[in-house]
Amino acid sequence: MNTKLQPIFDTHKGKDGALLPILHDIQHALGYVPEEAVPLIAKQLNLSRAEVHGVITYYHHFRQTPPGKHVVQLCCAEACQANGSEALAAHAAKRLQGADVTLEPVYCLGLCSIGPAVLIGEDELHAHVTPQKFDALMNGLGVKK
Amino acid sequence: MNELDYGTPAVTSDREVTLNIDGVAVTVPAGTSVMRAAVKAGVMIPKLCATDSLAPFGSCRLCLVEVEGRRGYPSSCTTPVEAGMKVKTQTPKLADLRRNVMELYISDHPLDCLTCAANGNCELQTMAGAVGLREVRYGMAGANHFTDVKKDESNPYFTYDPAKCIVCNRCVRACEEQQGTFALTISGRGFESRVTAGQSDSFMESDCVSCGACVNACPTATLMEKSVIAKGQAEHDVTTTCAYCGVGCGFKAEMKGSEVVRMVPWKDGKANEGHSCVKGRFAWGYATHKDRITKPMIRAKTSDPWREVSWEEAFAHAAKEFRRIQDKYGKNSIGALVSSRCTNEEDYLVQKLVRAAFGNNNVDTCARVCHAPTGYGLGQTLGTSAGTQTFKSLEKADVLLLIGINPTEGHPVVGARLKKRVREGAKLIVIDPREIDMVNAPHARATHHLKLRPGTNVAMLSALAHVIVTEGLINEQFIAERCETQAFADWREFAARPANSPEAMEAVTGVPAAEIRAAARLYATGGNAAIFYGLGVTEHSQGSTAVIAIANLAMATGNVGREGVGVNPLRGQNNVQGSCDMGGFPDIFPGYRHVSDAATRELFEKAWGVSLQAEPGLRIPNMLEAALDGGFKGLYCQGEDPAQSDPNTQHVQAALAAMECVVVQDLFLNETAKYAHVFLPGASFLEKDGTFTNAERRISRVRKAMPPLSGKADWETTMALANALGYPMHYEHPSQIMDEIARLTPTFAGVNYDKLERMGSVQWPCNDKSPDGTPLMHVNGFVRGKGRFMNTQYVPTDEKVTPRFPLLLTTGRILSQYNVGAQTRRTENVQFYSEDVLEIHPHDANERGIKDGDWVGIQSRAGDTVLRATVTERVQPGVVYTTFHFPESGANVITTDNSDWATNCPEYKVTAVQLVQVDQPSEWQKRNVREDREQRRLLAVAAAK
Repeated sequence: MNTKLQPIFDTHKGKDGALLPILHDIQHALGYVPEEAVPLIAKQLNLSRAEVHGVITYYHHFRQTPPGKHVVQLCCAEACQANGSEALAAHAAKRLQGADVTLEPVYCLGLCSIGPAVLIGEDELHAHVTPQKFDALMNGLGVKK
Repeated sequence: MNELDYGTPAVTSDREVTLNIDGVAVTVPAGTSVMRAAVKAGVMIPKLCATDSLAPFGSCRLCLVEVEGRRGYPSSCTTPVEAGMKVKTQTPKLADLRRNVMELYISDHPLDCLTCAANGNCELQTMAGAVGLREVRYGMAGANHFTDVKKDESNPYFTYDPAKCIVCNRCVRACEEQQGTFALTISGRGFESRVTAGQSDSFMESDCVSCGACVNACPTATLMEKSVIAKGQAEHDVTTTCAYCGVGCGFKAEMKGSEVVRMVPWKDGKANEGHSCVKGRFAWGYATHKDRITKPMIRAKTSDPWREVSWEEAFAHAAKEFRRIQDKYGKNSIGALVSSRCTNEEDYLVQKLVRAAFGNNNVDTCARVCHAPTGYGLGQTLGTSAGTQTFKSLEKADVLLLIGINPTEGHPVVGARLKKRVREGAKLIVIDPREIDMVNAPHARATHHLKLRPGTNVAMLSALAHVIVTEGLINEQFIAERCETQAFADWREFAARPANSPEAMEAVTGVPAAEIRAAARLYATGGNAAIFYGLGVTEHSQGSTAVIAIANLAMATGNVGREGVGVNPLRGQNNVQGSCDMGGFPDIFPGYRHVSDAATRELFEKAWGVSLQAEPGLRIPNMLEAALDGGFKGLYCQGEDPAQSDPNTQHVQAALAAMECVVVQDLFLNETAKYAHVFLPGASFLEKDGTFTNAERRISRVRKAMPPLSGKADWETTMALANALGYPMHYEHPSQIMDEIARLTPTFAGVNYDKLERMGSVQWPCNDKSPDGTPLMHVNGFVRGKGRFMNTQYVPTDEKVTPRFPLLLTTGRILSQYNVGAQTRRTENVQFYSEDVLEIHPHDANERGIKDGDWVGIQSRAGDTVLRATVTERVQPGVVYTTFHFPESGANVITTDNSDWATNCPEYKVTAVQLVQVDQPSEWQKRNVREDREQRRLLAVAAAK
């Protein structure tokens, strides 16, 4: 774990408020922030384990367990809700049962006029996602029913 | 019983502000909160997240007020007062708001008040009453936090019941602000927010140090002492002083009849200001432990079974034996050890008994094996043997230099105060062979850690002095006004020698010269600098030299005699300062006056009605030597355990075995009692009146909370023994003993129980010149007149590493155990630490094939023992480390007879050792187990009869 984190720590060495950037970098590199990373981050930043844990759990963005093969984020903010994102979320949860996909709610992807919106991975945005379109996207990813 | 809570901490300011609260004019220092000002005006504003031990937080929204001319409803805890402000704390609108807030709280709180442990002492309950809560319109259905929640009962002393939690953050803030451990957090957010230890650990698995600050801060039963859960709320309390370390924390013993329900740190205790550690707060169960011996016992030989006897018979027997020995072997063939755990009054009586009834000066105290070099070193340089400043004044220090001290383990409340000061911006220098917790505490990292080799303090301190002298960092004016000119000139020349430069000393200390130079510059130029030191300085062959070197540094930079600066020896035991002050030494009378001084002797001779010896008596090591030589045959040992605590255990055991009458006065059958012929049951601090003196010279009251289990307090026992010896002593109460001390001791002349009652505590010197005591020493001049610099030539210890003994063993303490462990081993603290372990660097471990948890044999020139290994980088390569809290460890079987050149203080901190892998305990340990079993059998015989 130490060898994975050291380059990240080095990048942020001496910077004020380095905790969030470090957590982002770790999640980017590993897909999540492992439990074992917390004491190392704490030591690096002269914080306690509890403090780091508090920050990780405060932000829903940070994962404490490894994600599935694919990460699908579904916008649940007001505009998308008005366009049926709640129904889409229910459909998605059913469709993805047992699949190696992490489905997460997200609050606004900036596509309010063309919702419901979905983000696959880090940068693949989709608008006007209906349940049918969602299924097609998942089939495209090879996610089995 | 509950003290008034002002809601936010006191503020000091030169400027006063007058405002009006509910029609009452009140004047407070600028910066005070409206909430605190209101309490001063007699107005209690409802609150939940505010308490005066913590900075205001403003989260509970119960303390809202209206301020004339302002919009909205500011929280009174976070709103500072302003001149002319008009505040209303009770209006119909505020009542509505508060009731609504409370309604929300209660909608997520179990309604089991009647069976709740906080019942009768719950702030939530009180506030519900204060705001007039009558209904909860939201109902109790729906998502909540109180059904199916698991209590965390992992900590032996308190429980965490999330069902009762209102997430006020007080516990988290207490852990951060008061204790500085940062073991707690709020995990999640919104409705998911929960108080969490560590990374959702149990409290026991977390970084929690069980100081109890969170439990104290909790307004509900969320964090609750198990003793209160078991016994219910107390009905009265007794204010007293902790009997553990030399910090001297004030406590309220909360009682039900004569049973302690809990110990709560006293807010007005000047040493601790409402904070505590796991020992004082929770580890008091030893006082009523089943191992307590409550009946006097005697036996002819140490292999005989004990026989319970009446007090009278025990005293008569001890007195007869002591007199027989003196008749046979001479007046000087007996002596006594004064306890550093007993009260000043009791210590005074024991030395009086020795001098007046034994007729010699053979009295010593365990300070011999800890801070005797402090007495010598500070006495020679500054003129008095004690810390120069108050703990409070460290809040004004800019640089903190810790050398040979591990405050977060040994003096936890001072440790917490030091960490707090570092978080506020003070710079920290740690000089220690080992990475103590203070080096890397959360938000309080040391600027410099000079990780020197054990035994090289004097080299390090001389190198620091060299930098200060040669880089022009001397406070010339201070020295010109306050110090001896010639002595300073000599020292200046000495310190400037190239041989003392950091570059020259680098090879000795193992610390890079640049790091030493940087630390010296910081100490000399960083503003107010305060030095804290401990046994890592004194317990060396050059212990006294190192103390002198510390005083030199402080004088050279002008860092003595003001707020925020000074030299602070942290004393190990609750009353080791007092045992020294009371003349518990073979060469001094109470108040540090030498026995050879005719005027002092005359004073005591007149008061005590006897003639006194002008020659110093025997020190502990001399007593032991003399015992082995056949000239010392009787010992009265009050509340001390040399057979475990003193170095070279086998030597001590042999000396005790050579004596004809050993009288042990103790709570338990300690290691020394195994060699005793008379056992006089002692009384714990809860069972008697008296005073303790802490490391800042603060004399605090100890008050009787329960009757002595044996029927006698220790002062009564000593008194009766003196009477049996034919020397009359008659005191009705310890206050009379203090009056006698005051009459005979100039530095205590103004001390009496009425004053202590009035002031809470007082720091000596307390006399006509300073009737309210002396918080800061050496303010306008040193006690000895001019401060004296002394040269501190580094002389390496004889205890050297060789191919046969290639590692250096050093010893220290752990938070949860206290010294020989007689008390803490008999509490649940063993759940935190149940055996002494040997810390070893991975490099040394690998070389020897030692793995974490292996049994290793440790051999020194004195003996050998076996401990379990902990492989850690806390220690440096070449150094191993252990604690000495458990008798079966035999840590002192290994330590040697080497000692400080001036005071005989043993060199516990440096022992050359070799390690070998073993699969069984050492011979000494096996014998110890056998003997322990045998002595317990002999005790059982007495109990059975």
